[in-house]
Amino acid sequence: MSVDALLSVLIAVLGGAIRVSTPFLFVSLGECITERAGRINLGLEGTMVFGAMFGYAVSYHSGSAWVGVLAAGLSGVVFGLVHGALCSLPRVNDIAIGVALIILGLGLAFFFGKGYIQPTAPRLPSLELGAWSDSPALRAALQVNVLFLIGLVLALCLSWALANTRWGLQLRTVGDSADAARALGLSINRTRIVATALGGFLGGVAGAFLSLYYPGSWNEGLSSGQGVMAVALVIFARWRPMGCVRAALIFGGASSIGPALQAVGIQAGYHLWNAAPYVLTLAIMLASTSRARASIGAPGELAMTR
Amino acid sequence: MDLAPRAPLQASARPPAGSLWLRGWLVPVGSVLAGLFAFGLFVAAIGHNPLVVFATIAEGGFASSFAWQNTLLRAAPLILTGLAVALPAQAGLVVIGAEGALAFGALAASVVAVPIASQLAPQSVPLAWLAGGLAGMAAGGAWYALIGLFRARRGLNETISSLLMSYIAIAVFNHLVEGPLRDAASLNKPSTLPLPAEAMIGSLPGLEVHWGLLLGIVACLLAQIVISRSTWGFSLRVAGGNPRAAMLVGLPVGTLIVLACVAGGASAGLAGAIEVMAVHGSANASVLAGYGTTGILVSFMARHQPLAVIPVAVLMGGIAAAGSLLQRRLDLPDATTMVLQGLLFVAILAGDAFRPKDQR
Repeated sequence: MSVDALLSVLIAVLGGAIRVSTPFLFVSLGECITERAGRINLGLEGTMVFGAMFGYAVSYHSGSAWVGVLAAGLSGVVFGLVHGALCSLPRVNDIAIGVALIILGLGLAFFFGKGYIQPTAPRLPSLELGAWSDSPALRAALQVNVLFLIGLVLALCLSWALANTRWGLQLRTVGDSADAARALGLSINRTRIVATALGGFLGGVAGAFLSLYYPGSWNEGLSSGQGVMAVALVIFARWRPMGCVRAALIFGGASSIGPALQAVGIQAGYHLWNAAPYVLTLAIMLASTSRARASIGAPGELAMTR
Repeated sequence: MDLAPRAPLQASARPPAGSLWLRGWLVPVGSVLAGLFAFGLFVAAIGHNPLVVFATIAEGGFASSFAWQNTLLRAAPLILTGLAVALPAQAGLVVIGAEGALAFGALAASVVAVPIASQLAPQSVPLAWLAGGLAGMAAGGAWYALIGLFRARRGLNETISSLLMSYIAIAVFNHLVEGPLRDAASLNKPSTLPLPAEAMIGSLPGLEVHWGLLLGIVACLLAQIVISRSTWGFSLRVAGGNPRAAMLVGLPVGTLIVLACVAGGASAGLAGAIEVMAVHGSANASVLAGYGTTGILVSFMARHQPLAVIPVAVLMGGIAAAGSLLQRRLDLPDATTMVLQGLLFVAILAGDAFRPKDQR
C-alpha cells in the first residue's frame, strides 16, 4: 500500500469514526441511563431499527428531517415504556424481554417499512468543519453532523446530572441498591421505567441517524447490532456518559476500517473487517469482567454483574 | 423486588399441588392466547379482518399435504435450533447465538461431506452424511464451548457474548463462502462446492420431508431422557437452579456449563449440516434464513422442555410457512409472521409474572 493510500485510509477512518460513532454514542448513552437504574435493555437494537424506519417515514411525509428525528425518539419512548413496564412485573427477565423486543421491533419496522425503501426523504444537514482544507478527502472526513455535536453536549449534561442532581442521585441509588432505595421511599419501578423510556428515546434517535444521515436511506439491513453492542460499550465506558463518547469513537473507527479499505480498492477480507467491532466488543468485555469481582463501576442491581 | 403485591399470596395457605400443576399449564396457554389476541388487534388496526388472517395462517401452514410439507421442512431445523437454546437453559443460561453455530455447522458439513461423497460408491453415501453431520456438530459445539468458557471462567454474560459471536460467525461464513471456499461455478449466488443431487439426504418414507426431521425428534427424546433421568441431567438442573448450592455439594458447575453449551452448539451445528446436505446442497446465504432466531422463541415457548420443543417447532414452522400465502392472498408483507413471533415472545415472557413461584 502506498503512503497516499495509507493516508487516505487513515483520513477515512477518522471521518468514519466521527460519522459512524454518532449512533453508537446515542444508543450507548441510552443504555447507560437504563443500566444506571439497574436494568439491561437489549431491545434497543429493535428500537433503533424501528426508529430508523419511523424517522425516515415521518421525515418523508413532513418534509423535515428534524421532525423525523423527534418522531423516532418518541417511538423509542414507547418501546422503552413497554420494556420498563413488563420488567416491573415480578420474575420477568429484563434480558429475555430485550431479545423479544428485538424481534418485535424488527418485525414492526420491516412490516411498515416496505413502502419507504424507494422514496427519498429529506436528510439531516451537516457542518463543513473542513472548509479550510484543500484536501477533498479531509473535507469529506470533517463533514460533521449536528447530531454528533448534540450527542457530545448531551453526554456532558448527563455526566453532570448524574453526579449533581436529585434525579441523578435517585437513579444511581435505585441502580446500586434496591434495598437502600426502598428504605428511602423511592419508587424503584417508576424510576426504572422512566430511565428505560429515556434510553428508548436515545435509541430511536440513534436509529434516525442511520436512515437520515449515514448510510442515509431506509432498508432492512440498516442496523447491524449497534443496539446489542451498546451493552458492551457501556461496560467499556464503566457506566459513565463521557466514557461512552470515547467508546463510541473507538467503535466508530473500528467499524469504518472495512469501508475505508474498500474505498482504496482493497476488497480482501471485507466481511472480516466488518466483524472488527464485534471482536473488539467481545475482547473488551472479556478484559473487563472477571469471576472474582464485579466490573468496576457497575451498578449493583444489574443482572449481568450479580 | 416488590413487597406489596406478594403479601396477600403469602398470607393465604399454599395452593394445593393440583392447582399448581394447573397453573403450570394455564399460564403458558394463556400467554399464547394473549399473544394471538394482541396480533389480532394489530391486524385489525391496519384494516384486516383478524379471523381471515388467522384462517389464512392455518390454511397456509396446516390445511393441505403441501402446506404440511412446507411446515415440516421448516420445523426440522427449528427443532434443533430450539434445542440449542433449551439445552444451555437447563444450566440457567440464555444462549441465543444459534444462527452462528448453524452457520459454522453448514460450512463444516459442506467442506467435509462434499469431497467424501465424491469418492464413495452410491450405496455408501450415508457415510458422507455421517461425516458431514459429525463435522457440523463438532463445529457448532466448539463455537459454543467458547461461550461456556467465557461464562464459567470470566463471568461474561452468555446472552450478550453469544449474540456478538453470532455476528462474528456470520461474517466469517460470508467471507469463506464468497472467498476461499467459493465454487467458481456459482456465479450469481456465491456458494461452496455443491453436493451432487444424487448424494443429497433423501425423504422419509411416505413423506416429502427429509430425514433431518426424524433426527431432530430423536435428539429431543434423547435430551429429555438425559435431562430428566440421568445423574448428569440432574446435576445440570441443580447447577442451573442454584449455582451456589451446586458448588457447595461439590458439583463441577463450570464444567457443566461448558458441556451444556457444547450440547446446544452441536444441536445448532447439526441443523446447519442437515440444511446443507438435505435442502440446499451447499453452504450459501439461503442457509441463514433466521432459524437460529426463531429457535429462541421455540425454546421459550416450550419452557425449555426438549419434548415440548417438537410441537412448538411445528407450530412456528407452520406460521413461517404461511407467510407466503399471507403475502399472495392478503397482500401482507412477509414481516407479518415476524410481528406475530415478537408478540408471542413478549406475551410468553410476561406470563412469567403469573407463574407459581416454585416453578421455573
